[in-house]
Amino acid sequence: MLVFLLNRLWQSVILLLIVSIIGFTILNLMPGGPLAQFALDPGMTQADMDRLAEQMGLNRPLPVQYFDWLMRMLRGDWGTSFRDGVPVLDVIGRHLFATLLLMGSSTVIAIGIGTWIGIRGATHRYSMFDYSATVGAMVALSIPTFWFGLVGIYVFSLRLGWLPAGNMYTIGDGSVLNYLHHLILPSIVLSLVNVAVWSRYMRSATLDVINQDFVKTARAKGLTERRVLMKHVVGNALLPMITLAGMQLPSILGGALVTETVFTWPGMGRLFLDSLGYSDYPVVMGLLMFSAFLTVLGNLIADVVIAMVDPRIRLG
Amino acid sequence: MAHHKTPTTMSRRGALMLMGAAGTAGLLAPNLLGKPAFAATPPETPTGRIIVGLSQEPTNFNPLMVKIEVDDGVHFSMFDALFRVMPDGEIVPNLAAEVPSQANGGISEDGLEWRVMLRDDVTWHDGAPFTAEDVKYTLELIVNPDFRSWRTAGHSLVRDVTVVSPTEITWRMEKPFSPYLSFLTETFIVPKHILGAEADPNTAAFNQAPVGTGAFKWDNRIAGDHISLVANPDYFGEGPYIEQLIFKYIPDVTVLYTQFKSGDVDLLGRMYITPDNYAEAQTLAGKVIKLEPATSVETIYLNMERPVFKELAVREAVYAAIDKASIIEALYYGLPDSVETFMPRTSAYLHPDLPKHEFSLERANQLLDEAGWVPGSDGIREKDGVRLSFVNSTTSGNHLREQLQQFVQQTLREAGIEMTIENYPAAVIWGEFWTQSQFDSVVVGITYLIGSDPDVTNRFHSGAIIAQGGRGSNNAQYKNARVDELLDEGSASFDPERRREIYLEVQELVRADLPFLPLFSDNSIRAWKEGIEGVVHNGNTRTETWNAGQWYWAS
Repeated sequence: MLVFLLNRLWQSVILLLIVSIIGFTILNLMPGGPLAQFALDPGMTQADMDRLAEQMGLNRPLPVQYFDWLMRMLRGDWGTSFRDGVPVLDVIGRHLFATLLLMGSSTVIAIGIGTWIGIRGATHRYSMFDYSATVGAMVALSIPTFWFGLVGIYVFSLRLGWLPAGNMYTIGDGSVLNYLHHLILPSIVLSLVNVAVWSRYMRSATLDVINQDFVKTARAKGLTERRVLMKHVVGNALLPMITLAGMQLPSILGGALVTETVFTWPGMGRLFLDSLGYSDYPVVMGLLMFSAFLTVLGNLIADVVIAMVDPRIRLG
Repeated sequence: MAHHKTPTTMSRRGALMLMGAAGTAGLLAPNLLGKPAFAATPPETPTGRIIVGLSQEPTNFNPLMVKIEVDDGVHFSMFDALFRVMPDGEIVPNLAAEVPSQANGGISEDGLEWRVMLRDDVTWHDGAPFTAEDVKYTLELIVNPDFRSWRTAGHSLVRDVTVVSPTEITWRMEKPFSPYLSFLTETFIVPKHILGAEADPNTAAFNQAPVGTGAFKWDNRIAGDHISLVANPDYFGEGPYIEQLIFKYIPDVTVLYTQFKSGDVDLLGRMYITPDNYAEAQTLAGKVIKLEPATSVETIYLNMERPVFKELAVREAVYAAIDKASIIEALYYGLPDSVETFMPRTSAYLHPDLPKHEFSLERANQLLDEAGWVPGSDGIREKDGVRLSFVNSTTSGNHLREQLQQFVQQTLREAGIEMTIENYPAAVIWGEFWTQSQFDSVVVGITYLIGSDPDVTNRFHSGAIIAQGGRGSNNAQYKNARVDELLDEGSASFDPERRREIYLEVQELVRADLPFLPLFSDNSIRAWKEGIEGVVHNGNTRTETWNAGQWYWAS
């Protein structure tokens, strides 16, 4: 186990290094750069632009800029946002809660409902339920989230007035109920797609297991159908789901750009887009490394958990 | 100032009682409730809250650091400059006790020595007194080479800042530069006792929780969501009349409008209402919808160094072959005004009688015929081996401008002019492509003035062409010796009458030379809830909240 972990660790370090080089290069290849937004400001002279480039270190050769960034990163200094003037980790931290709240609740909804639909679809294959679930999943996957979001706001906020038209909470009211009230619509909209994904995966995983010999054996032993399903089928069908759940980690913390924009949710997805828009390189790089790190971590956790629950796999 | 507390103004209740006594309340009251026929009065103590919705997020709270328009809203509410520019362009004292001029001796005859007297009744939000030391610190910080400051134009000419007394400051200018007065209306004074004590003003804690002298004090910021300011009860000027001012960030313009409709947002800030929603917005109950002239002018910039554009006849022909009226009607919902100059319509220096553009293919063809441009086999004109063909570029993804380009392309074709379209992402086009004049022609919206000052040396002086080693933003590479002369004189003159003549003539010359084709200037669709009083448009500032201290809810 220890050898496995150490192996994975150094692989991860190499991977993160490669990600950072590619990310940094692509980011800096984008023409324009952080100062382009001032190009049309009538009072900004070329001298001002040159001065800012010098002060921000943007006029140095790219490799120098990269190694400077890397050395700071190794010392734990993620840099300072061009736009906010605060340390990158602070910027990320300020948006983390909003994203965690939204993504966490929508993931819980998605996994719960998706798993149930998937199992039921598999055990009642080609039933009315299965067909409706299949069609429903296709519809949910093909309709863009922003459309769902806008329709949701139109129906439930503007017409019915039941739910707020976006925002994480009412300004001046920070109560838990107020947060929950604002959470309902975006988390449901966001979970729609994930329910579809989870139910499809779960359905095929269940179908894989349901025809295996050990299931027939369990039935032959005279176990009730319910016990066969819960103990033998679902337990085994959930194994591939662990990997899927591990891969969800970066998206849970990385945020959902479209939903966050439609619902005015101050999360990580929007932070990423805004930072790209302003060419806020330190924050973009920080977010990139953050999500790369989470991807590595999520996969690692999934592998370890699988090894722990699946007696057939031994890490070493 | 828009609203003074006057003892003679009648309260609403008093007025209604009078109406009732006259037996006409039933007839008049409904109208009164919609639009009070008498001036509403601000409350005695700050009351209520106004949420301003913005489609960009203010993130910079140090008013001297490099910033974009949307940051100004917070700066104007929290800080004060020495002077304030009013909607009509008049410059009035703010932290200063009076506006220096050659007439009152504040500015010497040669324009080099400045003396500004300051108010003695101003305190910072933390209670410390505001003095001339703060002004000196501010002016010196701006030109500190290690400080990431915003515009340094004008400030870089300042020498020998001297504090004579807590209420008197003097400095010398390297050369006479009259626009500096206007620059000072957007140079917010920062506290020396706080920022000066920091090791590095670029990363000071002050930048995240600023202390100013303005009508509102810092409350808090939820990054990515909103910024909350609260009333400064000790404000030296008029107001504030509301308890809390909130800037709410709503990135999507459709959602911004939706939240205004649903009542989550009280007043719409920048991007306002998009033209496609204008008709619907006018039908909304309980909302005030108002068109206000934007300062930016939509133009087609021509690169004067390109062989095709060297000839005036070509530039005139291209201008004549653009069907402006149809573009405005068909693409822009009829909202913008056709313009002939770079000067904003709200400026006191606007030339009222410039030649009016007339769409005429006949005239375009005639101009080109006379200039010797002969149609080739494909119908495109040629002269001395030069084809009358050029590329037009703008920001890709800007659908309205892309449609405008196609519109222009079609009518130009009928005059034997070929225009091809090559668009680039914003970061590309406004980079070197624009600054180094690498384009043939560009559709661009530009705000020309800094504050209210009419100086446009930066845009039209031959010394401001970067591609030719100059410093400035003369991207059209426009050269006119008379314009140079006028601009040099104008920026050194403190005589308002003479300056007016100068900039009127500059507008005539630029209109005649057509280094850019003026198309139109937009009217932005402002909107706020009925009941908010004191909202006044000021085209000389970049923000709708320039006077938020004077806003109040009609009770």
